[in-house]
Parts: sequence; C-alpha cells; structure tokens
Amino acid sequence: MTYLTKLSAAALSELLVSKQVSAVEATRAHLDHITAVDTDLHAFLHVAADAALNTAAAIDARRAAGERLNPLAGVPIAIKDVLATQDMPTTAGSKILEGWVPPYDATVVARLRAAGLIPLGKTNMDEFAMGSSTEHSAYGVTRNPWDRDRIPGGSGGGSAAAVASFQAPLALGSDTGGSIRQPAAVTGSVGVKPTYGGVSRYGAIALASSLDQVGPVSRTVYDAALLHDVIGGHDPLDSTSLTDSWPSMAAAAQAGLKDGALKGVRVGVIKELSGDGFQAGVTQRFTETLALLVAAGAEITEVSAPNFEYAVAAYYLILPAEASSNLARFDSVRFGIRVNPETGSLTSEHVMSATREAGFGAEVKRRIILGTYALSAGYYDAYYGSAQKVRTLIQRDFAAAFSQVDVLVSPSAPTTAFKFGEKLADPMAMYINDVTTIPANLAGVPGMSIPIGLAPEDGLPVGLQIMAPAKADARLYTVGAAIEQLLEARWGHTMLSQAPALTPTEMFASEEGAV
Amino acid sequence: MTRSELMDYDKALELFEPVLGFEVHVELNTKTKMFCGCANEFGSGANTNTCPTCLGLPGGLPQVNKKAIESSIRLGLALGCEIAEHSRFARKNYFYPDTAKNFQTSQYDDPICHDGSITIELESGRLVTVEIERAHMEDDAGKLTHMGGATGRIQGADYSLVDYNRGGVPLVEIVTQMIEGAEHDAPEIGRTYVAAIREIAKALGVSNARMEEGNVRCDANVSLRPRGSNVLGTRTETKNVNSLRSVERAVRYEIQRQAAVLHAGGTITQETRHWHEDTGRTSAGRPKSDADDYRYFPEPDLLPMAPSRDWVEELRLTLPEPPAARRKRLQASWGFVNLEFQDVVNSDLLDAVEATVAAGASAQAARKWWTGEIARLANVAGVAADSLVTPVQLAALIELVEAGTLTDRLARQVLEGVIAGEGTPVEVVESRGLAVISDDGPLIAAIDAALLDQPDVLAKIRDGKVQAAGAVIGAVMKAMRGQADAARVRELVLERAQAIE
Repeated sequence: MTYLTKLSAAALSELLVSKQVSAVEATRAHLDHITAVDTDLHAFLHVAADAALNTAAAIDARRAAGERLNPLAGVPIAIKDVLATQDMPTTAGSKILEGWVPPYDATVVARLRAAGLIPLGKTNMDEFAMGSSTEHSAYGVTRNPWDRDRIPGGSGGGSAAAVASFQAPLALGSDTGGSIRQPAAVTGSVGVKPTYGGVSRYGAIALASSLDQVGPVSRTVYDAALLHDVIGGHDPLDSTSLTDSWPSMAAAAQAGLKDGALKGVRVGVIKELSGDGFQAGVTQRFTETLALLVAAGAEITEVSAPNFEYAVAAYYLILPAEASSNLARFDSVRFGIRVNPETGSLTSEHVMSATREAGFGAEVKRRIILGTYALSAGYYDAYYGSAQKVRTLIQRDFAAAFSQVDVLVSPSAPTTAFKFGEKLADPMAMYINDVTTIPANLAGVPGMSIPIGLAPEDGLPVGLQIMAPAKADARLYTVGAAIEQLLEARWGHTMLSQAPALTPTEMFASEEGAV
Repeated sequence: MTRSELMDYDKALELFEPVLGFEVHVELNTKTKMFCGCANEFGSGANTNTCPTCLGLPGGLPQVNKKAIESSIRLGLALGCEIAEHSRFARKNYFYPDTAKNFQTSQYDDPICHDGSITIELESGRLVTVEIERAHMEDDAGKLTHMGGATGRIQGADYSLVDYNRGGVPLVEIVTQMIEGAEHDAPEIGRTYVAAIREIAKALGVSNARMEEGNVRCDANVSLRPRGSNVLGTRTETKNVNSLRSVERAVRYEIQRQAAVLHAGGTITQETRHWHEDTGRTSAGRPKSDADDYRYFPEPDLLPMAPSRDWVEELRLTLPEPPAARRKRLQASWGFVNLEFQDVVNSDLLDAVEATVAAGASAQAARKWWTGEIARLANVAGVAADSLVTPVQLAALIELVEAGTLTDRLARQVLEGVIAGEGTPVEVVESRGLAVISDDGPLIAAIDAALLDQPDVLAKIRDGKVQAAGAVIGAVMKAMRGQADAARVRELVLERAQAIE
C-alpha cells in the first residue's frame, strides 16, 4: 500500500470516491510511512494513529451508506501545532504549552473535520512560529527530506517536511512572514498564504495578529486549491475575516491547465527581490522559469517596489510588538505548565515570571523584549509608529505594481535550505532570509510558493513566489497550476519524485554489510 | 491618618482649593459579553460563563458585541458627547491574574464618545456643569477572592481564587475634565455627579445601575492647591468607591487628609488609594505616575469602527427624557414638597411611584407606601423595594384603603400576603378574610357585650365622659380582630351607651 502515500490528494480522492481504496487503507498507509520515516525526520510532534483510523472507519461507513461527502473526505492531513485541536495536544512548539489539550477546535480544524479529512497528527514548528528553520522548536529539529543535515524551513518546517516526505498529502500551515512559503520552497512542496482575512484565525495561536494567516501545504497546486476551498471563507469568530464570497480555488487551478492559460498574463518581476544576496542557482532557476513564461505567452515586466527595502525592519518591529502582547496570556494561571520559583514567595508575579523564564525559549524572549521596548512610552512613535507607516508605503508599492501587472513573481527565498546551526548564532541572518516573503504579509496580499527545480550547485529545491492583489487568490492558483504543468512537462516528472529515498531505519544502513 | 489628625473641613477650604476629577465605570447590561457570546450575568457558578476568548486561551479571538456599541453611543449622546466618526479599540498591557489576556481591551486615542457635559443641581440649588472628556468602551476584569487571610485582602492571604465570569463584561468608562471651583460643595458634587450618571444609565436602560452590585463604580481624583496658587497640586485617585454616600465621604476625607499633610509641610504622593467603608478612611494603594506605561497599541484583532451618522441619529431619537427634566416635571405634577420628593429620589423609587400613580393611585399614597412600609420590609429582607410588589398591586391595595374596605393596619397585613405570593390584594383580602366589617350587626353585638362587661365605663360614658369610650373601643377592635373601622366603632359605642339597658 506504499503507493497510496505517493498519490496527490486529488488522485487519492478519486480512488476513495470510486471506493477502490478505503479511507482506513489510505490512513493506515500514511501511518505506516510515518512510523517508518519520522523517527528520523521528526516532522510530527504528535501522531494520533487510533483517532485517525477511527475517523477513517467512520468516513468509510458514511461513504458506504451512500452519503454525499466532500471529495477530500478520507484524505489524511497533517496539522501545524499552532492550531487548536480538542483531541490532540497543542503546543505551538513551546515548552510552556507542553501537554496542553485545548477545549476547542480552531475553525479551520473544525472545517477539516466537517469535510471528512483525517487528521494524522500535529507537526513541528519554531516556537510560536518564530523562526525560519524549525530549529527554535522546544521539541527538537525537523530534518529536510532532501538533505537530513539541513533545515526544512520555518516556522512550518514540520508541515512542509511531512508533505515532502509523503507522510501526508496535505498539511495546514500558518504564515506570518513566510512560514508556509519558505518551508515549501526549501522542501520542494507547494505552500499558499491566502489573502489576510481569507481564512479564519480563530484557534490559531497568535504570533502577530495583523500578519498571521492560515493556509494550505501540499505537493501540487490543485491539491492546495482543494484544501483552500475547505478552510476558506467567512468566520464570525474572527473579526478580521472577510465577508466576501470566494470563487472556487480548485476551479481556478483547473483553468490554469487549459492551453493558453498564461497567454497575455502580465507578470511583474520585482527589481528589489533579485540580484545581490540571492544564491546563483536560485537566480538561475528563477530566470529559466521566466523564459518559460515568456514562451507560454506571458508578458514579463520589471516593476520597482522601492519600499520593500524597509520591509524586514518594519516587520521586526510590528511582529515583536504584537507578539509581546499576544504572548502575555502565557502566565500559568489557566493553562500550560506552571513553574514555581526556587526562591522567594509564591506570589502570582513570581510564579508567572518563573514559568515564563522556564517555558519560553531564547528566540521568544528576544522578540518579547524587542516588542515590549518598541511599544514603550517615548519609543512608540519612533518604532511601532514608523513601522506602520512603512507598512502603508509597502501597500502603496503593491498597489502601484498591480496597476501594471496581474501577478508579481520573485524567488520564494534567497537561498536553498541551509545547514543546521548555520544562522542560529546570528538572528539578523535568519531574519533576512524572509526578505522575499515578508512584504506580502505586511500588505495582506496572497502569495504562493511552487517548486521550480533544483539549484545546480547543491541539488536542493528552489521555489517561485507568485503574489496577487488582495482577494485575487484564485489568480495564484491559475498561474501556479499553469507554471507547474509547464515545468513538469519539461522535466517529465514531478519535483518530489526526485527527492532521495528515505530509508526506514538508519541504524544499520551502512554498517550491516560490514559486520 | 486618624480622624483627629485630619484638618477641619472648613479650615481646609480656607487654606486650599480642591480640584476634582471622576472616572465612572458603568457596566452595561447586554445579554452577552463585550467580545464573546458568553452570558453577561451576575451570580452564576464560578467560571461557568466563559469560553476560549474571555478565558484568554491560546487562539481565542474577540468579536465586538453590537449592542454594547449601541449602548455606549446612547450613553454618550445622553451625556452630550460627540460620537466619533472613527473609533478603535486598543490594548492596555499589564499583567494581573484577573485579566485573562494580561491586557485589557480598551480604547486609547480614539474613544467612541468625547467632549460632553452634564449639569447637576446641588441641594442648595447651585447648578454645576461637569465637562466630560471622554466615554470609552472596555472589557471588565475577572474577580479575585483572597482566601485564608483575616481581612479578605491580598495581604496575608494563603491563596486567591479567580472567577472569570465578569471577565469580558462590557464597561463604559466616563472620564470628566478637571472640576475647578467646587469649593465647599466638592463632596456633594462628587455624590450628585455619580448619582446623575447612574440615573442616566438607568433611564437609558443600558445598565442595571446598581452600585451595590458594582454596576457603577467611581474612582475619585482629588488634589488641593493653596489659595492664590494656579499650579495644580498632586492628585490621589481613590478607587472603587461604591456608594453615593461613600463618594461624598471619600472626597471630604481626601480634602481633609491632604490639607493636613500639606499644612504640616508634607507632600502628597501621586497614588491610588483604597476607600474603607467601615472606618471611613482611605489608605495608600500603589504609586501611580502619569507615565505609567501600558504600552497601548491599536487592537489588531478588531476592525476600527465607523458608526454611521444615520445610526447615531436614529439612536439619538431613542433617548428618554433627561432625568433632571423628568424630576422637575414629576415633582410639579405630584405636588410634593422638596423633602418628600428627595425621599423618593434618594430611595431610588421614582419609577415605582410614577408607575403606581399611572396605575391609578394618588401620588401621596403611592409615596407614603413606597418610602414607608414597603421600604421598611425591603430593608429587613435586604432587597430592593421595587422587587417586593408591583406598582399595579400597590395601586390596587391603595384603592381598597381609599374605598374603606381596608384600614391601614389591615392593608399592611394584605401587603404581607401579596409579598408572600398569595395573590392580588383583592385575593388576599378574601383568602385571609381581612376586609373591614361594614355591617353594623356584628359590631353592635360586640359593643353591647363590651359595655355590659365594663359597667363602670358604661356609667362614665353615660355621664358624658366620652374619652372613657377608648377602653370599650379597644375591646371591640380586639374582638373584631382589627377588622372594624375604629371611627365607626366609636360612633356606635356612644350611641349604644345611651341605648342599652
């Protein structure tokens, strides 16, 4: 049954709908694969095997009874640990929430369940989604399936690695400054950050409320679209949720497969997101993809977004400011771990302080301190206030660019996957890695990353970022699916079929013959 | 500071000029909380009215209660405020265990209501206009109960319990401008101002406005400056003064205390102070500087609000008659003297009396019953007078008295029956058999028996000593178990004394 794990969600869905495969079989195949490979990769923080099989059996029973189900019913899915799940621990990668099982489901999780998807478990992430490498998880790193000495991206390294290593066809991520798109890029998978307000944040543990957005992770553009259709749409529990009615993203992706889908599409290349600081192989694959677009009839224009230069700086004021306030609730009073101080009286202040000292990692503390400082009286205008002005300028840059073009493109990340430890000692180097993805969050526009080949110098995946105007998420799926089809036609295979095979157990792999 | 160390009030006023400011929190009576769907109700089991949002669980998000916005706008309009075209919530960041999110969702630089004023009338007839700087929305904190200590305060407690039922309940905080020129009236201005806010909130129906349940809470700011100086003195903020009388006492106390400190060459610390109802004193709380850093920033989880002008005008049309105007109108129409009217107002029985009059009773009778017997019974039971009987029931009772069916004494017994839930006054009269006996037959029989029983009295009456009749009347009333009209009994006693053998 291992072939079941190689299938896209769409292909698996067809087998499920036609009853050639049961949801229990599909779920068991994925659970077996997780058992085989995840001890080494560590994409999952929690695997809910029994619950998944029970849910799958219930779906099979409903399907057998002739009930009309969502096409994705019975398809397994991995859930980033930032999303509240009432039957699984939810830690956001932090020790402070160790073992916490929320009394409720995030809206997106509730929608997954309603559509009959099978939650397999919770995936690893940088603590509270702060990071670009998943190295800041309190529960250990996740390895990149393409090279186990390298990072899977972050913060959603677990979801991307799970999908890229065929442990799940679909996953949910959250993207505050690139946490869906950058991991997708460095693992050769597809990741989408929807328009801000397009997908409910209720039950997503907040990092920076004005930037966070939940979105799909998958191996194909169409699969991401199917999942987007399940999780998207208005939620009255999230006041920033848009009330718009949305077109089918799946239909938009299918439109991209038609002949001439890219003809006349105006594609803007952002001058500021190229050149210096971009790895040669990344630039090469990006340039080749542009040529492919031209050949398919797209019009390429260079556009300038002069204020993108300030995006990272503004982001690292707004994010810590909001995070410092969002993370205040982790005080040991109502949930999570409680640590008593070694000395002094057990006042609420002392217990709160000892708990936060023990429960938060260094990167979280760094950002809380940064944000607290940025919001302080006398500094607010200079820091938070200025950053908000930059944000407005970046929104104007996007507006100006989208008055000329239909979509904007850039490499999804400046480099391919870097090695563990490479940027840990230098937070600025880690922050700069998000230069390509941050502007979309600051402006609230949707962005997608799709794989466009391997960098020749290291053989690691390169991603293309596509951005569209706010609420034009469907355009991403049309253009993304069209490019994906062109590339796969040229390669003669999918990107992830080239990923190295993962051996079930590493323990004896090389020495056994020599014994 | 003990009472004897305070400066005499008149002397304090001679040396210093008091400057006041009030922050009044009005708890709205919406069905649900400010930012979630949990019930906004007093007295539920601890932590039962809670959800991920008001418990501050990870992932919880706020949703604005439209009714709370509506109530805030109506309150703002009644206070003569401008309603902001653009308003937004802001986070006030501070750690405290009764605040689930460790920030309060409040408003900072864009409050929903601003720049209003109300004019209050003091007992002397002096009119004082209190300028209102702003009225903004925010969510309430949970309630801490400190266990194990002798005083119920946090000092000395072994542990504390938190009940988040009140956490997230909508509040409007009304902030006055500085009040100068209060002079000797300062304490009364405090009381009258808070009473006026309470009355307005009640008239609007936006709050239950019960101070004893914490629906209206007042923080009183007081500072003194020496006569002739135009430099403001350092202020103190006495928190959570929760009755009208306490507001008056707390302001007076702070004036006397600060005057004594300043006069002795001391300085006033800018701080919050706690009001102690039992001792009538304030004590130092925490230091409070103008630079307290709450790291306010706009709440990113909520959209800015832009209440449409049409909606605001619609709401303006729903405003009731201003309480001060209503009082003037009612006093004139009822013909009450000031004392009588104040009695009704101070007992919070204006609505009750008005409704009783509307149900057909005379104003004087309604006043007499509400502020007399009913208030007494309510006081004994520890409940609000208007929770005991309805105006319609009372009007029916008054009608029975005026028709001569009941004496006042009998009516009090009927009232008890009505309160006990035995039915309407007419039903109670019947079931308890309490009506005045208007048939002379049984009366005459009882009188004759009483006269014959007391021949010496009979002789005196016959001799023209009519005051002697009292003893017989008493015996007859007793025999009739009070169900006789004493005046009629008296008439008949005099008649029968001449008639019987």
